[in-house]
Formats: sequence, structure tokens, C-alpha cells
Amino acid sequence: MTEQNLKRVRKKRRLAFLADLYAVLMYTLFYIPVAVMIVFSFNDAKRNYSWEGFTTGWYGKLFSFSNTTLWDALVYSLIIAVLATVISTVIGVLGGIGLKKFEFRTKKFINMMIYVPIIVPEIVLAVAMLIIFITVGIKMGMGTILIGHCTFCIPYAVVTIKGRISGDNETLEEASMDLGANRIQTFVRVTIPSIMPGIMSAAFLSFTLSIDDVVMSNMLAGASQSTLPVLILSLNRTGLSGDVNALTTVMIVCMVAGLLVQSLIRRLISKRRAKEGALLPQEEG
Amino acid sequence: MNRSSGTKKKKNRLPVLAQAGPVSVWMILFVTLPLLFIIYVSFMTRGTFGGIEYTFSTESYRTILDPMYFSVILKSLKVAAVTTILCLLFGYPLAYFIARKPPETASKLIMLLMIPFWTNGMMRLNAWMLFFQVNGPVNYVLTHLGIVEKPVMFLYTDWLVNIGLFTNMLPFAVLPMYSSIEKLQKSLLEASSDLGADPVRTFLKVTLPLTFPGIFSAIILTFIPALGTYTVTDMLGGGKVLYIGNIIKNQFGTIRNWPLGAALSVLLLVITALLIFIYSRFAGIEDMEVV
Repeated sequence: MTEQNLKRVRKKRRLAFLADLYAVLMYTLFYIPVAVMIVFSFNDAKRNYSWEGFTTGWYGKLFSFSNTTLWDALVYSLIIAVLATVISTVIGVLGGIGLKKFEFRTKKFINMMIYVPIIVPEIVLAVAMLIIFITVGIKMGMGTILIGHCTFCIPYAVVTIKGRISGDNETLEEASMDLGANRIQTFVRVTIPSIMPGIMSAAFLSFTLSIDDVVMSNMLAGASQSTLPVLILSLNRTGLSGDVNALTTVMIVCMVAGLLVQSLIRRLISKRRAKEGALLPQEEG
Repeated sequence: MNRSSGTKKKKNRLPVLAQAGPVSVWMILFVTLPLLFIIYVSFMTRGTFGGIEYTFSTESYRTILDPMYFSVILKSLKVAAVTTILCLLFGYPLAYFIARKPPETASKLIMLLMIPFWTNGMMRLNAWMLFFQVNGPVNYVLTHLGIVEKPVMFLYTDWLVNIGLFTNMLPFAVLPMYSSIEKLQKSLLEASSDLGADPVRTFLKVTLPLTFPGIFSAIILTFIPALGTYTVTDMLGGGKVLYIGNIIKNQFGTIRNWPLGAALSVLLLVITALLIFIYSRFAGIEDMEVV
């Protein structure tokens, strides 16, 4: 009996080890491109065709701001991403709440339409917009790129928000109205704070989707400035130089740092809340 | 709850309009109308200098059936299918692994899965090129271990495009399967094994069927983007590898045959709609875990 148990435990351990190994290998696969991208930002070669030795020169070149094409593209991408994030988050948050809370005749149809940009290949929607914009006579440029980005960011924002609204929200809102707050006061002071984490993740998602988009930015740009991803796509033909790697390395470092700071702040807030909660008498039953 | 929102609606439509209005208008203006228009355009005639001539024709659809285009469509379908199968085969065990961890570890693992995707997508593809290029690390290892004599030309092949698609799509296959597996009640698995089923049988008869919605979401979220991609093929195929996405894009660049581009887009729409229809037979579209 114990012999058998021992065997079983051993087998279980072996299986667990294999599972861990598998996970490590898969995660390695995900991080290979990131590692390669970072390593080649230190490559002492004019074009990234082969490894020629270590240098930090590309970072120097990057922050001498001499490569204006690259910086212009980044600034353009950032402006579009910020605007797309603001527009998509506002429309998406309102829409998410509205579509969850109210019943109206076209609701089913709108709900379906929201899933279209998420599911349909982006190129189809981009081309469809391109044709209709040109036919109607809208000039291609930043405005059209922005419309394109918002069109796929809004649905993600709506879905994120809808997932965060629960019955609790309705109870809170009703309590607020019963206590004499009007609709707008309730919305601003009760509804919005109660779904704040959802709003933050919708905004974050919109930003990452927009800043990394190629298809819409490429198809709807017209003759205007290229966004960073579109620039990289076109430069790739002739081989990229290390400063592009340096720039994207700086960007990912900023993103991860931002994430760490955010989670640190969140932890501090919840710690403080826990402390206050311990001091105050329990209000909610 | 329903009744109260019903009476609210009758009393005052302003809140509905204010909240659901903007998103409805946006979706109709920039999703419904363009898609209807592209279907219309696909039945029009190609203009002499590009653009559209508004006379009815099925020429674009006949062109699609031309062997030259049709072979590209078949190839795209095949590559998308291969990508999807690879994502399911490699993604399911990973999703299972993550779902069986305690919630805190699991959410960290999910985060770790998403971080690489904050790096620029084009640079990630470029990195695969650097990794597999003639003087790259893979060829270095292969030649030094004596596995191959001369460096292998990985670049600009369907094979590398497949690698790019697979690694790009994998997390989007893992996420829906993860949430499906995570929702799976442990008691069911225990019941199954208590009733004498061995682990394999439990997996096939309980786990797999119950996580099928997640699996099908994963199929949709990998197959459709893989089918419509042009950036992966552009970056890793160096313009030598053409899939549907590239052909559509080219109709609006150099080749300027808009109705053909529209018809190919409609084809992608139809394939998408077909998959969604199958999906909706056994799960609601709102259950699809997209974020």
C-alpha cells in the first residue's frame, strides 16, 4: 500500500515537473522575440543583418534626436493613441453601461455590431472604411486613422465595462437616488467610481491596441505622416537600424515600469484602506 | 429589475440616448454602413483608372475563382488552419497549466503572457527574422552542431510566416481556453474519477466537452485573424509570400482593382459569419472571451 502510494507520489511529481518544463518552454517562446529585439538594440552594425559586437551607440543616437523620421512617427503614434484612448474610453464606458442597463429596440443589433470589429479581420473593416471615406470625399489623414482606431477600441472598451458591471452597481445607484442624488450626480459619484478598475483597463487596452496598430494606420493614412508601426513595416524592407530597436526597447521598459508603479500604488491604497477599515467601525453589514 | 428598467425607459429616454447613443451611432456609421457599402461595391465594375464604375457585374467574383487567386485563397485557408491547430495543441496544455494554479499565481502568469504583446508588433516579427536569418542564432547553432552544413534560408518562406502567425496568435488562443478551464468545477472531475473513469477518460468525456466554448472561441480568435493577416506575411514573407490579406491590400495600392478587393473582403466576411454561426449553435456570442 505505502509502496503504491510512493509510486503514485513519484509519478505525480514527475508529471508536475513535465508540466512546469512545458510552461517554461512556452513562455520562453513568447519572450524570444522580446529578448532578440532588446539584444539587437546593442548591435554594433549599420543594419541589423548580423551581430557585429556590443555598443550602446544606438541609444546615444536615438536621444540625440537626429533621426527625426523615427521621432516624428512616435509622436504621431502617441498623439493618435492618446486621442483614441480618450474617445474610446468615454464612448465605450457610456455604451457599456447603457447596453448593460437599458432595454431598447436596437440593442440586439448594436450588441452584434460591437463584436464585428473584434472578430472580422481588420483589413476588411479598413478597406470598407477606405472605400466609403473616399467615395464620400473625406480627406485621409490623422482624422481617418483616429476614426479607424476608435472603431476597434470602442468595442473592446464596451466589452470590458460590461464585464465589470454587476447587480451590486444597480443596488448602489438605487441607494444613491433614494438618498436624493439626481441621475448625473449618481453617475459621476457612484457609478463611475464603482467601475473605475474596469475603466482603467479599458483605457489601457485601447492605448495598447492603438499604439500597435498597423492595418488601419496604413490603409487610412493617405499621404500623411506614418505612425511608428507603419514606418517600421516600410523600413523593414531595407533592414532596420539599431535605433529602432533602441526606441522600442525604451518603450517596453516604460510600459513595464508603468505597470509596476501602478500595481505598487494600488497595493499602497488597499493597505491604507485596510488600516482605515480596522480603525473605523464596520459600516456595511 | 426588468420591470423597473422598463418603466424607466418609458418615463425618460434621455439616459438611454446619452449612454447607448454615441456607441450606437459610431457602430452604425463606421461598421454597418462601410460593410454594407463594401458588399455593394463588390458587385460593381472596376474603373478604368481604379476606383469604381457603378454598373452591376459579377466579374470580381469570377476573378476570385480564377486559379491564380483561388490557389492563394486555398493556401491562406490552409495556413490559417495549421496556425489554429498548432495554437490549440500547444495552447490548451498551457491554459490548463495556468488554470490549475492558485488564482494569484494564475493572474500573474496571464500578465506574463501579455507583456511581450506590449512590445511593438512589427518589431516582434522583425525579431523572428533576426533570430532565423542566415547569420542568426538559430543558424549558428545548427551549423556549429553540424546538423546542417550550410545555413538554412528560413527567411521569406511560408514556414517562417507560420512561426510568426503561431507565436502571434497563441496568447489569444490561451486566454479563452484558460477562462473556460478555470470555470470548470473541480467537483465534476472528482466525481468522474470517483465513478471509476481514468484521467484520460475524464479528460475526454468531461473536461474537453465542458471547455468546448473556450476552444471554439480560441478557434475563432486565431483562425480569422490568421486568415486576414497581411502584416505577418509582409514582414516575414518579404513580399514573396502572398495571402488573401496581401491581395486585398494590393487592390487598394498598386493594382487598384477596388471591386476585386471588395469581393475578397466579402469572402472573408462570409467565412467569419459562417464560423460565428456555428459557434452560436452551442454558445452565446457574448460568452466569447475576447478580453
